[in-house]
Amino acid sequence: MSEQHQLALQLSNVEVSYGGRPVLREVSFDIPTGVLAAIVGPNGAGKSTALKATLGLVPLTNGDVRILGTTLRANRRRVAYVPQQDLVTKDFPITAIQVVEMGRYPHRGWFRRLGADDDAAVAEAVERTGIGALLDEPLDELSGGQRQRVFLARALAQRADLLVLDEPFTAVDTRTEEALVDLLAELCADGATVLAVHHDLRTVAERFDHAVLLAGTVLAAGEVSDVLTTEALARAYGLAPRHTEPARAAR
Amino acid sequence: MNTDDAIILLTAGTLATACGLLGPFLVLRRQSLTSDAIGHAVLPGVVAMYLLTGSRSSLLATLGAAAFGLLCVLAIDALRRTRLLGTDAAIALTFPALFSLGVLGVSGFASGAHLDLDSTIYGEITFAPFRTMSLGAVEFPRPLLMTLLAVLLALGFVLLSWRGLQTLAFDPEFADIAGLRGRLIQRLLLMVSAIVAVIVFDSVGAILVVTFFVVPAAAAQLVANRLDTMLLVSVAIGWVSSFVGQRAAVAYDSSIAGMIGLTTVGCFLLLRLLAPRRGLLWRWLRLARRRDNTGAPARTGADSAQPKNTSASA
Repeated sequence: MSEQHQLALQLSNVEVSYGGRPVLREVSFDIPTGVLAAIVGPNGAGKSTALKATLGLVPLTNGDVRILGTTLRANRRRVAYVPQQDLVTKDFPITAIQVVEMGRYPHRGWFRRLGADDDAAVAEAVERTGIGALLDEPLDELSGGQRQRVFLARALAQRADLLVLDEPFTAVDTRTEEALVDLLAELCADGATVLAVHHDLRTVAERFDHAVLLAGTVLAAGEVSDVLTTEALARAYGLAPRHTEPARAAR
Repeated sequence: MNTDDAIILLTAGTLATACGLLGPFLVLRRQSLTSDAIGHAVLPGVVAMYLLTGSRSSLLATLGAAAFGLLCVLAIDALRRTRLLGTDAAIALTFPALFSLGVLGVSGFASGAHLDLDSTIYGEITFAPFRTMSLGAVEFPRPLLMTLLAVLLALGFVLLSWRGLQTLAFDPEFADIAGLRGRLIQRLLLMVSAIVAVIVFDSVGAILVVTFFVVPAAAAQLVANRLDTMLLVSVAIGWVSSFVGQRAAVAYDSSIAGMIGLTTVGCFLLLRLLAPRRGLLWRWLRLARRRDNTGAPARTGADSAQPKNTSASA
């Protein structure tokens, strides 16, 4: 990894509007490589929009996104995305292994056959996420936690350097959540960077290294302990300071 | 079954094949009514072609129809992309405008010219054996030629862009991020569907086309665990319906397109009821078993078939 000192992600003055209404204003933050980072903030803060802006899924009205030191276009294969479970069609006719294999499509495009490299990446992803027994199951037969593992396996099969996850722990049981967090931490230890939207303030500090506190714009960004201060949370959630211990502000 | 019956069956079956290959993607993308929209939106194209050339040739009519069919699907896609309205609203906004334009065109300029829309664009499968054209030395039924052309187009498109189509239908955002050109595939899917619809309208009638695009795919989704299976099942349902519907129409001396359409719906209802895992019967049994397990552990298996009665009497 020659990019040890590079930033995994850099947003500068990003602005996004839906139908003329600004959702994100002057959003600037950096995510260093190798960290487990969370985007936190109240409902309607633009957390998912910030992810989509990062991934080029919504047009920017202003600003610039740099991924691994260059543009997204130059880096597509190195960025993996795990969508919010609620937004995935559950009655789609597809098996777990077919979803995981999709992780190789960014490398193979429309036409090229999957080869031995791809099989190895898929097999490793299946093993690390522990979904070996589910491979031939149709997606609609899986529980929320199993489905989340399958989508994470797709991201792992891609062997990406930056993993972007939208609310990865909703609709997931506690045991799966812990297993997923451990796995994400392992990936970071291997040099990957993880950016996740996370709504549960109580668990941010224990699970993530880095945080971005968002409420239409960036209120704080950096090490988790520096970001989740009483004052910053009060501003984000619009509460008086004495009511804003993380545990209370969570919902 | 005589030769005419066989030609009708083959025409319906090949039509079902073309539609059954594309329909699943439209159904999964929640865009199934696009085919109906195309059926209405082509009218101004036919009228404009007639006004421009003064000819009622079906080739010209088809070209005009194709132009407006493409305009319609691209307008729907552009409207949807603004995020100001959903797919259903985008469809509902586009085709009445185009259809109205066509109606105004017919009543304003072409009313005296006897522009018979039924025979020009909205054909009838019953006449398929009689509308022949010469291919070298043999007389070949033109509608069957059109449906075969549609199969080639649909099959070629699906085979060539399988990975892109699968990814687009399942997870369009992933298709974009993965560099699989989701937007391009989406537009191509709509355009190929429009062309297929337009080249067969004239041969078999709009209703049958819309039916074959939507119903077999919706039925196949109830039993298929994989996308390729869904396509095969939807084509198979189309063929079975064509056969049963054609036979029933002969037996009861009624509309062939009507009988075939009704049979596809019959297939859907049958699978809705009986499909393993996803069918209603399966769900009722599962629910009954669960209620039996949680409600009253002491109950015997014989009671579980009628949980309502037992709980009422208890």
